[in-house]
Amino acid sequence: MVTTDTRINTETVLSVEDLRTYFTTRWGVVKAVDGISFDLRRGETLGIVGESGCGKSVTMLSLMRLIPIPPGRIVSGKIILDGEDIIPISEQEMARIRGSKIALIIQDPMTSLNPVFSIGNQVEEAIRIHQDIPRRSVTEKALEVLRKVNIPAAEQRAKDYPHQMSGGMRQRVVGAIGISCQPQVLIADEPTTSLDVTIQAQYLKLLKDIQRESNLSIIFITHDFGIVAKMCDRVAVMYAGRIVEHGSVRDIFNNPSHPYTEALLASVPKMDRDVDRLYSIEGQPPPLHDLPVGCAFADRCPDVMDKCREQYPDSLAVSDGHIASCWKLE
Amino acid sequence: MQKYLVRRFLLALVTLLSVSLIIFIMSRVSGDPRHIYLDDYSTQEDWDRMGVVLGLDKPYYQQYGIFLKGALRGDFGESVREGRPVTEVVIERAPATLLLGAVAFSFSILIGVPLGILSAVKRGTMMDSFGKLIALVGQSAPPFWLGIMLMFFFAVKLGMVPPYGKQEWNSIILPAVTLGWYYAAANLRLVRSAMLDVLDSEYIKLARAKGVNSRTIIMKHAFRNALIPPLTFAGVTIGALVTGSLVVETVFAWPGLGRLAIEALFAFDYPLLQGVVITFTLLYVTAAFIVDVLYAYVDPRIRYA
Repeated sequence: MVTTDTRINTETVLSVEDLRTYFTTRWGVVKAVDGISFDLRRGETLGIVGESGCGKSVTMLSLMRLIPIPPGRIVSGKIILDGEDIIPISEQEMARIRGSKIALIIQDPMTSLNPVFSIGNQVEEAIRIHQDIPRRSVTEKALEVLRKVNIPAAEQRAKDYPHQMSGGMRQRVVGAIGISCQPQVLIADEPTTSLDVTIQAQYLKLLKDIQRESNLSIIFITHDFGIVAKMCDRVAVMYAGRIVEHGSVRDIFNNPSHPYTEALLASVPKMDRDVDRLYSIEGQPPPLHDLPVGCAFADRCPDVMDKCREQYPDSLAVSDGHIASCWKLE
Repeated sequence: MQKYLVRRFLLALVTLLSVSLIIFIMSRVSGDPRHIYLDDYSTQEDWDRMGVVLGLDKPYYQQYGIFLKGALRGDFGESVREGRPVTEVVIERAPATLLLGAVAFSFSILIGVPLGILSAVKRGTMMDSFGKLIALVGQSAPPFWLGIMLMFFFAVKLGMVPPYGKQEWNSIILPAVTLGWYYAAANLRLVRSAMLDVLDSEYIKLARAKGVNSRTIIMKHAFRNALIPPLTFAGVTIGALVTGSLVVETVFAWPGLGRLAIEALFAFDYPLLQGVVITFTLLYVTAAFIVDVLYAYVDPRIRYA
């Protein structure tokens, strides 16, 4: 766990303030992301963890401004990337930012590449859009990034089509597309969930290497605490569209302060302990279109108090740089 | 790629051969043609002599051999009604059908594909509803009725185009629209649903994340993928347009193969009918082969399979 690495300086690349993304559905307004704030510094990795449906992926889509409108809508908040708020800017301006300043690696390598274009073509496209350089240099650059993500025999592989590659290989290509224009922020949305463990480890190491080389900031969306421990400097735990706890990896693992974080960590199977039954959190998260007034975790919380059901807890500092939204800390 | 094409080509040959056998069998089970040629005053001798001339005295497998040998040389015998070689009659009538088919096919693509894309991209808007109306009419109205209705409004009431025949340049509009509408509707629906699927896919999301603008997303990334289902269908369309011409050519008195087939059928002119059906099959198989080639061009997964 690297928390005091010298390469992380205090320069903030991305700052999210009170972001709210809602969806209008026939059940009502779904508050998928409901007021989250965080900063991302140059060269650091922020992990966003939480169970399915907690708003991780919507957060990611909001940061890329790729929320389908309608039914979705960024209701309020600021996303300040490289000193500029990207929420009010036009779609054309946003298209220029996507891929060049902020890039994305999506989950499923089997479906994330276009089946009818060659790998080389798909990597080149990103470079061609964002950089005004001659054709031959585009090809050169594409091969360079393919080599960077350890694609063997890149010249030949560039002519291949996605169906001719393995899942791990395809995910590297997706990674290559992500880093092709040297973005400042790379969002990795569970990039390794569909890869097997050895390929997963290779891929994570590759991401780390690339990060170190180019001082890239990464937002790592996952539900795997093992990956968090390995990859991240800081962690934000999300529950029902909000960040409930936020701190350094060390803080979160050694001193989890929100009951939800505690419960999540308790449900990670331990290799050194033999148990009959794995721990699980009782109940279901509340439906996002019908959130309670108070804390959304109240019904599943072992330490619930009356106050929890009446008012949403403030963000309270546990220690320097470690905050949690829970009344029990008051 | 070559292996794929060779396989497709062989398959086309097998299809032709099977169809020739089916046609031969059907012509033999549909009745003895001598009943048409000979009248009540013919004798048994006339009957037998006619059998020798037509080759009906030989066993069936030999008859099929003769038929096949002739067919390979483009010889389908002599038309009973016209007293001329079948091939000659077919070649005379084929251009009209090919022209009608080509115009109807272009109509179905030019109307169906763009409307399909628009309906998908502008889903749920007036555009989409308009597309649905076009598709509904095209797919539910039977061509003979549609043909008569179009004739009634545009030729009889409005006098914009000739009602039938093939004399004027604009005579082709009504039959082509009647013939092509169903396929325009089918293409529209296919393109629309394929486009919706594609637009919802992960690779479109990734393309957006790369910074590709919306127009390029639709025209480059989505269109080529959405083209695969309608392309498959195009093979069927071309073939079906030829056979569909049976009804439309009859309604509009269009002097093509479709009407020739009907004429041959009513005249019990079985050599002519055989020739027309074989020609239909040939057109169908050729079209399917061309589509297979295009298919491989559009979809690399097929090219390298």
